[in-house]
Amino acid sequence: MTDAALAEAKAAAAVATTDAELSADPAPGEPLLRVSNIEVIYNHVILVLKGVSLTVPKGGITALLGGNGAGKTTTLKAISGLLKSERGEVTKGRILYRGRDVAAGDPAELVKSGVIQVMEGRHCFEHLTVEENLMTGAYTRTGGRAEIARDLEMVYTYFPRLKERRSSLAGYTSGGEQQMCAIGRALMSRPETVLLDEPSMGLAPQLVEQIFEIVKSINEKEGVSFLLAEQNTNVALRYAHYGYILESGRVVMDGEAKALRENQDVKEFYLGMSDQGRKSFREVRSYRRRKRWLS
Amino acid sequence: MSAEFLYTIEVILNGLLTGVMYSLVALGFVLIFKASGIFNYSQGVMALFAALTLVGFQDGQVPFAELINAVLGTEIHGFGWEMPTILAILCALAVMLLFAILVERIILKHLVNQEPIILFMATIGLAYFLEGFGDLMWGSDIKALDLGLPQGGSFWIEDMTVSWAAEDSGFYGMYIDKLDLIAAGVAVALVVALTAFSQYTRIGRALRAVADDHQAALSVGISLRFIWVVTWAIAGFVALVAGSMWGAKSGVQFSLSLIALKALPVLMLGGFTSIPGAIVGGLIIGVGEKLFEFAIGPMVGGATENWFAYVLALIFLVFRPQGLFGDKIIERV
Repeated sequence: MTDAALAEAKAAAAVATTDAELSADPAPGEPLLRVSNIEVIYNHVILVLKGVSLTVPKGGITALLGGNGAGKTTTLKAISGLLKSERGEVTKGRILYRGRDVAAGDPAELVKSGVIQVMEGRHCFEHLTVEENLMTGAYTRTGGRAEIARDLEMVYTYFPRLKERRSSLAGYTSGGEQQMCAIGRALMSRPETVLLDEPSMGLAPQLVEQIFEIVKSINEKEGVSFLLAEQNTNVALRYAHYGYILESGRVVMDGEAKALRENQDVKEFYLGMSDQGRKSFREVRSYRRRKRWLS
Repeated sequence: MSAEFLYTIEVILNGLLTGVMYSLVALGFVLIFKASGIFNYSQGVMALFAALTLVGFQDGQVPFAELINAVLGTEIHGFGWEMPTILAILCALAVMLLFAILVERIILKHLVNQEPIILFMATIGLAYFLEGFGDLMWGSDIKALDLGLPQGGSFWIEDMTVSWAAEDSGFYGMYIDKLDLIAAGVAVALVVALTAFSQYTRIGRALRAVADDHQAALSVGISLRFIWVVTWAIAGFVALVAGSMWGAKSGVQFSLSLIALKALPVLMLGGFTSIPGAIVGGLIIGVGEKLFEFAIGPMVGGATENWFAYVLALIFLVFRPQGLFGDKIIERV
């Protein structure tokens, strides 16, 4: 058997086993979302993800780490179905949510089944007020007004700042407030899983800490699972339970957040700490090459 | 009061009323541009098509009669009955809704994520298609549209105003067309209804969200395709209102589609993204061109109404390209 055929057979076997494992109604801690070996191509030519696999357990915070262009955002968009509106497509692999294949899904369908993405760079509706922004999050819901009003209050208890700014145009609020508005808007859809893309982007360290605290308490009190894409490895690993490290469209390492924090390589490349002083760039490259073979 | 002063007032009033009619057409452009960033070249033809459909239903015409006769060798023209106006309006609305659904299915769906210029070209194609299709469906003869609305000058206003001037000044009272007054009332009602819809309903909020940020709207589960159908259906409704008002005034015929050309300067003045802008822009153009014709026209040989609006729009383009009420570009400091 050639190498390629062997790899294909292995991938097929992996897919087969994941199907059997994934329950339609997982208990906390069991896998809720499983991405297996997906490839994503933009514009029919640009290969961005070269086989990414990951699992998000119910009730956990899972971090997706890596530098610029590693494929974090693309992975999230592949899951949420937003890829298609940017001429991207999943060409290989499967995305299973509660045992159902959602790779060809439409974003609206996914939101209804409980998966919502908070996009990088906030993307609030600038000409709508903060409260109207939050209400758009409830667009897909069919429940009554009372239920939606109750959830609005729930969002305001997590983000008291938004309550103060409820009637100002979202475009005129600060970056931190916009990030809160975007997360609050996602919460209004009563999600089971939130795909949170780069919440720390462009925010002061103190504010980043504050937002992660809120994410943590939403996770604990409401039982919402998070898949978190972050460049700020330090903060992300402190709040996440499990982490995946992406590099050039591949997962190069994964593990418990605590273990990743202690890992020499992670410390060196992502946390900027080292025992033996600075390494030369040549070694950095060989590290990357080695890691690619591992995945 | 002097007769000159009263004449000027009369010109301004008539200008305002004409302006309202321009605004009605401009509204349709604004709605689609806001929601999808498409400049819908076919808006004028949509107004013509809607008016044709309304007249057709009202007179009990058989759609595609000419085609059927040519193919089957029959001689049918009408059903032989006349539909009540209200029912005809409802039927025309249903046709415009169907039109919106078909436009989305056949054209827009396939052009998602294309450059705005490509979508613009598609609407040019749509305009010419619809023009021919309207002819084929209802025939190309000039039709009179009678909505049962009062027409002609209002004697009441004439009688009231004639006493304002001195007896021998030769002023016979103001001429205000009743149909213009009704059209103004309809336009106001339409704008109030549209504003209430977009401010206070769930779908209205979704429309504004899509206008602001397509990607974010998708991410919260708003279906763009549904929103497009809604916007085109509303634009079709506005086209029906504009088409029937203009049609009642000057007959339903091909030149009705050219009112779109009058809407362009209105949009440049008011901004492509603002509903109040379309109204105020229409009023300014209406009053401006009538006053200009009244005051300056005789000095330059008249016929200034044809170009005045465009000159005004050009001046605006130089000094305020986003129009009077165009979307503020929000910049945080």
